[in-house]
Amino acid sequence: MSNMNIDKIKEDFPIFKNNPTLVYLDSAATSQRPQQVIDAVNEFYTNYNANVHRGIYKISEEASEKFENVRTKVRDFISAKSEQEIIFTKNTTESINLVMRGWGEKNIKKGDKIVISIMEHHSNFVPWQQLAKQKGAKLEIIDINEEGELKESDFEKIKGAKLLAITHVSNVLGTLNNVNKLCKLAHDAGAKVLVDGAQSIPHMQIDASAIDCDFFAFSGHKMLGPTGVGILYGKEQVLEETDPFLYGGDMISEVHVEESKWNELPFKFESGTPPASSVIGLGAAIDYLGKLGMENIRKHEQIITQYALQKMTEINGVNIFGPKNPEKRAGVIAFTVNGVHPHDLASILDEYNVAIRSGHHCAMPLHERLALPASSRASFYIYNDKKDVDKLCDGIKEAKKIFKVD
Amino acid sequence: MSSEIYQEFILELYKNPINFGKMENADLHAESFNPLCGDKVEIFVKLNGEKKVSEVKFIGSGCAISQASASLLTEEIKGKTLDELAKMQKEDILQMIKVDLSKNPSRLKCALLSLEVLKKSISK
Repeated sequence: MSNMNIDKIKEDFPIFKNNPTLVYLDSAATSQRPQQVIDAVNEFYTNYNANVHRGIYKISEEASEKFENVRTKVRDFISAKSEQEIIFTKNTTESINLVMRGWGEKNIKKGDKIVISIMEHHSNFVPWQQLAKQKGAKLEIIDINEEGELKESDFEKIKGAKLLAITHVSNVLGTLNNVNKLCKLAHDAGAKVLVDGAQSIPHMQIDASAIDCDFFAFSGHKMLGPTGVGILYGKEQVLEETDPFLYGGDMISEVHVEESKWNELPFKFESGTPPASSVIGLGAAIDYLGKLGMENIRKHEQIITQYALQKMTEINGVNIFGPKNPEKRAGVIAFTVNGVHPHDLASILDEYNVAIRSGHHCAMPLHERLALPASSRASFYIYNDKKDVDKLCDGIKEAKKIFKVD
Repeated sequence: MSSEIYQEFILELYKNPINFGKMENADLHAESFNPLCGDKVEIFVKLNGEKKVSEVKFIGSGCAISQASASLLTEEIKGKTLDELAKMQKEDILQMIKVDLSKNPSRLKCALLSLEVLKKSISK
């Protein structure tokens, strides 16, 4: 049994007060936010709004202190070694682009090999595809097996690579990749590793030091935080070898007419006024998740996922992608319904106030690999319960009725 | 809303589209793709001596709205002049599918995909 009281958790999320019938199954796109996060953002603007790292007056000091406290919270949340390893970005996409521009452009040379997988989100696919083109490097792709897991025989491709860029959890298949093992393989081969943690960090305990990846990228908005803030974790030494890719204020220690010197870590990557209110909101989100306990969250989602897999499989004509074992996946379920296009299904479910995603979920190479023009996706979080799964299943059955498919 | 969208004739056209197929040597031809949902439509038009549509075909895949509106549009344009095609508007499509999608912009895109393809084929 889940040891989380979902009805009580739901009370913290004003969106469910204002939309009492909403069944929100699109947390893989963005999560909802609890009142505690909204309050923290509000408090910043109403009580101590000022630019951070700049003023010597009281409220600027307070803003800077609260801002930097969140860096410490993030460090602890992912078990990084120091605050120097935590860089605030806009989102996962910017974090990955920072690595591509700052580390990749400097270190990837003609003929080098970059390895990614077919299940990558576009944000961890396109930067490497473009870098390979720009440098004349090779881009090799780890395929998936029938279960939607990475094909182990393709791990051979990591040999001789300079970089492995891999997702922790697929945003379509839900597959949980063994990134600890992949990091070991890659490091033995002399490659650096970037892990896209956008879909894992909201749902499970992350220990970046134990994973031993060189970079770990994620967004605040999928883990109850505000939009506009993401994180790039990087090992201190690797970050020292990485160039800044956004130039401007705050990232600088000295500027002269002829040349400039970069600020120390992590500030060398944080150019311009940062999204202070969002960072402070992210701090409240981390506190909220910490109180629930990441292990409890993971357990709860496994229970919901198992229930959903079972209930959805019982419906004739529903095809589910990704691993069948809830221990090998996260709470993201992509599926199709024979005779009902995903877009039509999402429209019909919307009539019942059930919000799911339809389309290719920014993973077109994966959809091509699966020979699917589009799929539907339901994803779960801390405010979802079995009743939500039942409403999803009722909606699928209703859609089949409307489209007259058995 | 959905029950309004999914009228009997829309579903019928989704399952049994009219003017479905490819055409060799088309005078007008274009295709387009809605990257958000994966809908695809490709239209082929043959013109007669008076520059009127004499034959029209389409192929595509996607949701019921995008595919049914392609059937309706291709049927509607038979016998029309290029000028008349150029003048066709969003409202013409909405009239054909008989539903107000003004509060549903993502579905409106599906409905208008075939019109977009037709316009593209004329401007080529």
